[in-house]
Amino acid sequence: MTTSVLYDAPGPRSKRRVLISSLFAGVLFLAVLVLVGLRLEKQDQFAGDKWAPLFDPGHRRFQQVWTLLGDALVNTLTAAALAVVFSLIIGTLLAVARIAAGKSYRWLLVGFIELFRGIPVVIMIFFAARVLPELGVDLPTLWFLVIGLTAYNSVVIAEIVRAGVNSLPKGQREAAESLGMRRSQVLSLVLLPQAFRAMLPALISQLVVVLKDTSLGFIISYDETVRTAGIIIQNLKNPIQVYLLVAVIFILVNYALSRLAIYVERRLSQGKKAVVVDGETATLPANDVTTPGTGGG
Amino acid sequence: MDVIFDNFSLYRDGFLQTLRICALAVIGSLILGTVIAGFRVSPVPPLRWVGTSWVNVFRNCPLTVVLFFCAFGLPEIGVNGAYFWFGITGLVLYTSAFVCEAIRSGINSVPPGQAEAARAVGLTFGQSLSTVVLPQALRTVVPPLGSVLIAMIKNSAIVGAFGVGGDLFAVGDTLTSARGEAALPVLIGVVLGYLLITIPAGVLLGWLERKVAIAR
Repeated sequence: MTTSVLYDAPGPRSKRRVLISSLFAGVLFLAVLVLVGLRLEKQDQFAGDKWAPLFDPGHRRFQQVWTLLGDALVNTLTAAALAVVFSLIIGTLLAVARIAAGKSYRWLLVGFIELFRGIPVVIMIFFAARVLPELGVDLPTLWFLVIGLTAYNSVVIAEIVRAGVNSLPKGQREAAESLGMRRSQVLSLVLLPQAFRAMLPALISQLVVVLKDTSLGFIISYDETVRTAGIIIQNLKNPIQVYLLVAVIFILVNYALSRLAIYVERRLSQGKKAVVVDGETATLPANDVTTPGTGGG
Repeated sequence: MDVIFDNFSLYRDGFLQTLRICALAVIGSLILGTVIAGFRVSPVPPLRWVGTSWVNVFRNCPLTVVLFFCAFGLPEIGVNGAYFWFGITGLVLYTSAFVCEAIRSGINSVPPGQAEAARAVGLTFGQSLSTVVLPQALRTVVPPLGSVLIAMIKNSAIVGAFGVGGDLFAVGDTLTSARGEAALPVLIGVVLGYLLITIPAGVLLGWLERKVAIAR
């Protein structure tokens, strides 16, 4: 924090002030923590029988709980992986269509993309599970979740791809065209490979969003992590402990992914220009569409 | 499409409830997010630590888990209230992390030379902050902050799905589950309700962006 815009390097007096404020703030936060801890203790939240089924391998329920959680995690990852793959394919196709589209029908694609970006992902998932069976499409719940997630994320990815292509220097396209390449070749051989490279951090950040959104599967009774946690809680009556565990799992995985996005971005920016992933939200270069990298839930 | 007109008052109430949730959550998350951003850029290390952990926890945790935590955890530490307020609290906690990051990245985007120059001409900390740093930071903050808030409007549907009830999502749920209406027309009504909020918000944001845009 030596080059902050907000304040100079502290002198002896400010150093003292910072030290005093640090102590004060530290004591304050500790006090809050202790207070919360005491309240929880009073409610018997630290009792062994609430934690043991989750963390004590000797407990008779331990095996059962972790088998359930393990299956649920696999289900969560399956849904996320399928959604990402499909979103990537459809998103790229949408972006290519938008780039290649003639003026006459481009507005249709733009309208479609804007429409889908404005609809909450939870609505997509919920109604995928309601509307599709009515239309005679009978699928396992997994696929309703994947379809809902894909419908939302493919348009987001389409925007990321488009921004990635637009962020390339104009000379790339001109050079490819002057070599006599067809438009499809220009895109598939020159522009898209470079764009994907530049987009990689934004795509990884989007993966975090998808992973978080899989938890909405509980609304349509897909056995992912959050729903399974609910089932475990019904039996063990320890919501705080189970949700804490689930939260920690999600935070660890997503935090690792976020760090990976930052790392990839740094690696890329050493060479060529990357699509800027600002902080960790996928913010695309100025005067371009800002993706809602903050996404669903 | 008759289902939309037949249940128009239901839709209207749902729309208003969604607006209410959004308005309360926007206010709450802007305030909380600014405070946390203040923590993250503060010279006091414990405040920075708290700010950083806050952001890492809430940004990487699904909103559903945050909501469940509010509903089950808050009563245990003695905070009781209506389910509605647990829903709002969860949405505010979750969104505040994103608001914080938008604001912080805005502050970080101001070149250090600006503040150094302000100090060099003798402006005090308050003056340099209010006349040099913040005016520039706020302009950069507008686009990311706008998309965070639009995402929050969409997340309000999760609060509804979580059981707060009465909002547009709940209207869709009631009509399709309890009354067994055909899902497609109900869906169209619900989606129109959300688009009625998100599209004007997007247009407003685009206008605001152009208005405050600065070439750097």
